[in-house]
Amino acid sequence: MNKKNNLINVFYLLVPGFVLLISFTHIPAVKTLMNSFYSTAKGRRASKFVGLENYETLWQDATFWKVFSNNIIYALGVIPTSILLSLAMALWVNSKIIGRPFLRFSYFLPTVLPLIAVGNIWLFFYAPGFGLIDQIVTSLGFPSLNILGSQESSLFGVMAVGIWKEAGFYMIFYLAGLQAIPPDLKEAAMIEGANKWYIFWRITFPLLTPTTLFVSVNAVINSFRQIDHIVVMTQGGPDYASTLLLYYIYESAFVFWDTAYATTLSVVLILLLCLIAIGQFFVLDKKVHYQ
Amino acid sequence: MKTIANFLSERLNVIGAWLLALLWVMPLLYAIWAATHPIEYEANFDIFAPLTTYNFTNAWSQAPFARYLLNTVMMTTMIVISQFILCTFVAFAFARFEFPFKNILFAMVLLQLLIMPDILIVENYKTIRFLGLMDTILAIGLPYMASGFGIFLLRQTFKSIPKELDDAARIDGAGVLRIIWNVYVPLSMPTFVAYGLVSISFHWNNFLWPLIITNSVETRPLTVGLSIFSMSEAGVEWATISAGTLMTTAPLFIAFLIFQRQFIASFMTAGIK
Repeated sequence: MNKKNNLINVFYLLVPGFVLLISFTHIPAVKTLMNSFYSTAKGRRASKFVGLENYETLWQDATFWKVFSNNIIYALGVIPTSILLSLAMALWVNSKIIGRPFLRFSYFLPTVLPLIAVGNIWLFFYAPGFGLIDQIVTSLGFPSLNILGSQESSLFGVMAVGIWKEAGFYMIFYLAGLQAIPPDLKEAAMIEGANKWYIFWRITFPLLTPTTLFVSVNAVINSFRQIDHIVVMTQGGPDYASTLLLYYIYESAFVFWDTAYATTLSVVLILLLCLIAIGQFFVLDKKVHYQ
Repeated sequence: MKTIANFLSERLNVIGAWLLALLWVMPLLYAIWAATHPIEYEANFDIFAPLTTYNFTNAWSQAPFARYLLNTVMMTTMIVISQFILCTFVAFAFARFEFPFKNILFAMVLLQLLIMPDILIVENYKTIRFLGLMDTILAIGLPYMASGFGIFLLRQTFKSIPKELDDAARIDGAGVLRIIWNVYVPLSMPTFVAYGLVSISFHWNNFLWPLIITNSVETRPLTVGLSIFSMSEAGVEWATISAGTLMTTAPLFIAFLIFQRQFIASFMTAGIK
C-alpha cells in the first residue's frame, strides 16, 4: 500500500476521536488558564482582563489555604493507608487462608458501589444517636460522637470513606502483580532458610514495584478527583473543615457562580497534578524496570 | 518453638483478614438491615424483628427511579459504544501506521489520563451550553467518549497482534475498516470485555458531571436522582434512604455477584496493560 493512501487512512481514523479529545480536554485546559486572567461576567458587566488579580485574591483567600491543606492531609492520609491495606488484602487473598472467596468479595465490594451511594451508607453508619459507630461508642459509656458534624473530625470521617472505597480496587492490581511472580523464587529462598518477612521484603515487595508505581499514580489522581461522597455527607462542612479542592471549584462555579475564581482554582489543581506526575515519574521511574 | 510462632502468626493473619473483611461489609450490612426492617428497628437489633418491603415500595413511590434507571442505561450504553468505536480507530492508527507528529499526538492522548474531564467541569460546562446541549443525555457522555485510557489500552492490545495477519488480509484487498473488524476486533475480545466492564462501572457510578449538566427527570442518571432523593428538604427517613440507595446500586451489584470473577479479571487486565 502506498504512503499517501496510508496518510489518508490515518486522517480518517484519528479525526473523530481527536476532535472530541481536543474539544473536551486540551481546549478547555487552555481556556481554563486564559480565563483565570479575566473577571467573572456579572449581569451587564462583561468579563475583562484583570491580569493576576484572581491569583492575588486566591493568595489572600484563607478558605483556599484551608481547602488546600485539607486536600494535602486527605492525600497523605488516604494514599498510604489504602495502599498498605490493599497490599495486605492481596497477600491474604493470594494465600491459602480460610474463607478466601468471602474475603475477596468483601474487600472488592465497595469498588462496584457508586461513591454517592457509599456516602449515603456511611452517613447512616456515622449518624449520631442511631448510627452503628455511635451506638458502640455510647454503649461503652463514652459521650455521643458527631463525627461529621465537628470541625476536628469531619475530614477524617470523609477520609475513612475514601480508604474504604479505594483499598479493594488497588488490591486487584497487587493480586495481579503477585500472581505474576514466579513461585520458584520463593521456593529457592525457603530452601535457603529465609523467613516469611525476609522473603516479603527482599523478593515479593521489590518485584511489586511497578504495581506500586501504578497504584500510587492512581491513588494520587483519585485523592484530588473524588469528591462525590463529600457532596452527600458534609457538603464540605462544617465551615470548610472537609472541603477538598475540586469541591471548592464546584462550589465556586456552580453554587456562587464565580467562574473566574473557579478557573483560577482549576489552574492550581491542574498544576498540582502535573507537578506530582512529573515528580513521580522522575523519582520512581529510575527504580522500576518494566516493558 | 518455631512451629508455635508460625502457628501464632498464621492465626493472627486469619483473624486480621477476617476482621478487616467484616469491617468492610459492615456499613453495607447496616444499610441492608435498616432497609429491610420497620422503622422502629432502624437501630435496634433484634434477630426476630419482622422483615418488611415497605421501605423499598416507599422509596420507589417517592422518586422516579424507573426513569432514572432508564437514563443511566441509555447514557452508559451510548458512552461505551462510542468509546469502543472512537478508541478502536485512534488506537489502530497508533498501533499500525507511521505518520508525522505521532509522538506528540500520542502524548496528547496520554495527557487525558492525568487531566480528566472531571477536573475541567467549568470550561466543559461552557462548551456544552455553547453547543445548546444543556440537560441532555448526550452532554453527559460527550467529554468521555474519546477516552485516553481506552485508546492506550487498545493500542497495547493491537500492537501484540502479529502483523502478518493483516498483511494477508491486505493482499486479499481488504480495506482498513474490514481489517479492523475481521482481524483486530475478534482477536482483542478479552480487552474489549475488560475495558467495557471497567467503563460501565465508571459511568454507571459517575456523579459530579451529570449533576452539573442535568436538570430534569428525563435526563438525570440514578446517581444524581439518588442524591436529590436523599438530600431533599422533606427529611426522608433513614430506612427509606437506605432502601433507595440499595435499589440504585442493585443492578450493578447483582451483575457483580454473578460475574465476580470476570469483573475482577477485567480490572486486572485493564490495570496491567
